[in-house]
Amino acid sequence: MYLRTYVQVSAIFDENGVVTPVSISLRGKTYSIDRVLGKRPAPALKSGGQGIRYTVRIGSSETYLFLDAENRWFVEEKAADANSI
Amino acid sequence: MRTILHSDCNNFYASVECVFSPELRGKPIAVCGDPSERHGIVLAKSDAAKKCGIKTGEAVWTARQKCPELIVVPPCGEKYVRFSHMMRDIYAEYSDHVEPFGLDESWLDVTGRDGMEIACSLRRRALKELGITLSVGVSFNKVFAKLGSDMHKPDATAVITPRNYKQKVWPMPACSLLFIGRATMHRLYAYGLNTIGDIVRADPESLHTLFGKNGDTLYAYAAGKDDAPVMPISETDDIKSVGNSTTPAFDICDYSDAGRILYLLCDSVAERMRKKHFRCRTVTLWLRDTQLQSFTRQMKLERPTDLSADLSRAALALLRESWAADRPLRSLGVQGGDLMDIRNGAQLSILPDPLASRQAVLEKTADQLHARFGAEALYRGVLLRQDHRLLRAAPDSSLAATNMAAVSGRQS
Ligand SMILES: [Mg+2]
Repeated sequence: MYLRTYVQVSAIFDENGVVTPVSISLRGKTYSIDRVLGKRPAPALKSGGQGIRYTVRIGSSETYLFLDAENRWFVEEKAADANSI
Repeated sequence: MRTILHSDCNNFYASVECVFSPELRGKPIAVCGDPSERHGIVLAKSDAAKKCGIKTGEAVWTARQKCPELIVVPPCGEKYVRFSHMMRDIYAEYSDHVEPFGLDESWLDVTGRDGMEIACSLRRRALKELGITLSVGVSFNKVFAKLGSDMHKPDATAVITPRNYKQKVWPMPACSLLFIGRATMHRLYAYGLNTIGDIVRADPESLHTLFGKNGDTLYAYAAGKDDAPVMPISETDDIKSVGNSTTPAFDICDYSDAGRILYLLCDSVAERMRKKHFRCRTVTLWLRDTQLQSFTRQMKLERPTDLSADLSRAALALLRESWAADRPLRSLGVQGGDLMDIRNGAQLSILPDPLASRQAVLEKTADQLHARFGAEALYRGVLLRQDHRLLRAAPDSSLAATNMAAVSGRQS
């Protein structure tokens, strides 16, 4: 099972209004985003939800980061991972 | 020949709920108005719930009897409207003629292009970007396109062409034709007209005798002769309010004259809203006294309306609040604002109000009588009390011009 986990995000808003996330903060830890690999509207199939889906690379792993209609950012997190911390 | 698509989001409310709660996928779920109450009704259901025989519009408690493990979800109108808008943004990339029918259905005119390919592209994008599925009908008129979207569910395209419509459409039950109500359906069956093919094979003149103008329409639809256009996108978007005002030849000194004028104004405003498929959420009353001082009062309505009865109730309440009949009035105006296009979202005024629907039938009948026999064919009893000077007075010509501007223009 996956959870929709809302996260704090730092982002750059460029002069054309394009938003690029730079880092994610989750439970006190900050992960910097090395690259945004893709961006499109999409459903969050594992955790549920829908929004603009950013495919981001953090270190060697790729993950989805969603921006929802209420301007909140979330990631899909395995329930076990969330509980173990 | 035209190429028309009709796109229908499958189990729309239920599908949107599943996008947000993946654990509901594949389960029998029903989106119900007020599930805490026994009187809640099923607004939408998933395929699994459909298989248990659950019908839209039935009571929650009978649905639970058919399917004890039914999961009942409260409706979230905001979400559905947002998904509907996202779909419409996608449609708009393919055509500037997109006509919504409720929140979850739209016609698109894509004449000159490959309808099948566009249909598949729409389905792919709905699934990829929103997580919902569509059934799309592709045909050469709106009626057949709609029938096509009913043929295969979920996530499918059906193409109805001049070559195949006799095999595909004619065996379908007559009641699947757009706009056939229950009463007409029973009469069709009584005459042995069970399928759409039966209607085409009937004699058009006897159809006319039996069903009047509806008979002609039925025949035309069944024969594939529907030439109604798909409305352009911008048609309704810019209109912000519908209003009317009048300056009668005499000063208005008491509530009964003011009230009668308001009834007239509300009748005309409501009739225009109905014609444009609008309902308003606010009512504004405008008054101008003999010193030419004017002021306005506004109120919010409980639910959006296109009925004169609702407008006049609100307008009269505003009048009593804002005018003590202590000084004569020169002019009165009524405006319906905060409009919603009922082709976009009337379904959301979820629980039907039986009184309002009776009033709607009454007022629509009045519209028809006015269209056929003129404004004086039918008018309110309150107007009989004195004479016809009010009928002649409203609306006055100089203000009629501003009214038209309000209907067709963008309010600045
Ligand atoms: Mg539908």
